[in-house]
Amino acid sequence: MNLQVLYAVAVMGGLGVVFGCLLAFASKKFAVQTDPRISAIRAVLPGANCGGCGFPGCDGYAAACVNEGCPTNRCAAGGPAVAERIAAIMGVDAAAAEPMVAFVRCRGENGKSGKNCVYLGYSDCQAASVVPGRGPEACSFGCMGFGTCVKACSFDAIHVENGLARVDRDKCTGCGACAAACPRGVIGLIPKSARVAVACSNPLPGAVARKVCTAACIGCSMCVKVCLDGAISMKGAVAVVDPAKCAGCSTAPCTTKCPTKAIVTL
Amino acid sequence: MKLLALLVSSIFVNNIVFMRFLGCCPFLGVSSRVETAKGMGFAVIFVITFSSAMTWLAFEYLLVPLHLEYLYTLAFILIIAALVQFVEIVMKKMMPALYKSLGIFLPLITTNCAVLGVAVINMNERYDFITAMVNAFGTAVGYMLAIVLMAGIREKLELCDTMPRPLRGLPIALVTAGLMSIAFMGFSGLIR
Repeated sequence: MNLQVLYAVAVMGGLGVVFGCLLAFASKKFAVQTDPRISAIRAVLPGANCGGCGFPGCDGYAAACVNEGCPTNRCAAGGPAVAERIAAIMGVDAAAAEPMVAFVRCRGENGKSGKNCVYLGYSDCQAASVVPGRGPEACSFGCMGFGTCVKACSFDAIHVENGLARVDRDKCTGCGACAAACPRGVIGLIPKSARVAVACSNPLPGAVARKVCTAACIGCSMCVKVCLDGAISMKGAVAVVDPAKCAGCSTAPCTTKCPTKAIVTL
Repeated sequence: MKLLALLVSSIFVNNIVFMRFLGCCPFLGVSSRVETAKGMGFAVIFVITFSSAMTWLAFEYLLVPLHLEYLYTLAFILIIAALVQFVEIVMKKMMPALYKSLGIFLPLITTNCAVLGVAVINMNERYDFITAMVNAFGTAVGYMLAIVLMAGIREKLELCDTMPRPLRGLPIALVTAGLMSIAFMGFSGLIR
């Protein structure tokens, strides 16, 4: 009887020791040089392996932070405190990058832009954009307003009002999730300091663009002529503001002279 | 022929998730994207097959001769956990490509009840080594089938805007899992 107990202890203890030695040996023998920042971030994370960040466990997220430049605020369990510490490790706070903000390059809200058809499918831009004729929106470059960007935003900073996505500039962090989610590429990132921007993406000639949307840029080049800084150029039949050249003049003649008011003050 | 029947049985009829209700945690947790589900599925196939071999050997040649069968839970957990860690370390060094595709899931599976479940089923049924291996592989393939199907459905459900708010996310996933389980009951007459 006593022997049985001894056997049990010996077998389990023996297995434990054998495996312990094996692992210790393996971790030395097969050690892989990794970026020390990965283990530093891993130490900061809660270690719950909840997968809420979209990566497999905390290790996966730590590696993604360093290797793929993943945003530092993905850890829902750790909250802002952890995000700050990861940012400190990655040094993203130190780099004073120009803060960006999302901008919807479209003003075709309901009543301004026409519709091709009545769409009754999934209420999602990805799904709607593959409908024959490139979706229900008559303008195949404009915002469809089904809110795929709204779902992509983690900060409640973009909303669809009257069939058009609108960005809340105070809440927007410039992460670019909405821009990546938009199947039309209507949403872009612009510097937060930019004063004016062209709210239209339709590069087709003015007559064609005007037919589908009353708010379209018709490519008349008026803004190019009136700009005091030479910051506006034409790309196809749509105007583009170069934020680096735009001095942000107080009169902003480009916005007042635009016949369709496609250039907006921010 | 018997082995083929066992393979079909372990994949469909006795599907580890839908019939035995083991491994439900990663099944619900890692099934939001098909790509991730695939990685998880391959990792599970690898770990279950590998660890079943080890636990079978340890049980037959270590625990049975010493009349220590009652220690199987402890011993199996120890073996599986150590083995998975060891494989992960070696893989990271020797096969970085494979490690990148499935190694990140390995720590998650270490204490998965499906892995222990297969080892215990092999033991209870007194399968011989080949049979145990076929059963382990089939069970793992069944797990992958389940999690990839589930991920495919959940990706589509994500797009559904008309779903009532309280059902979104995990609740509808649980309902889906239940319905899929009922569907898999249809296989139950396939093999006696």
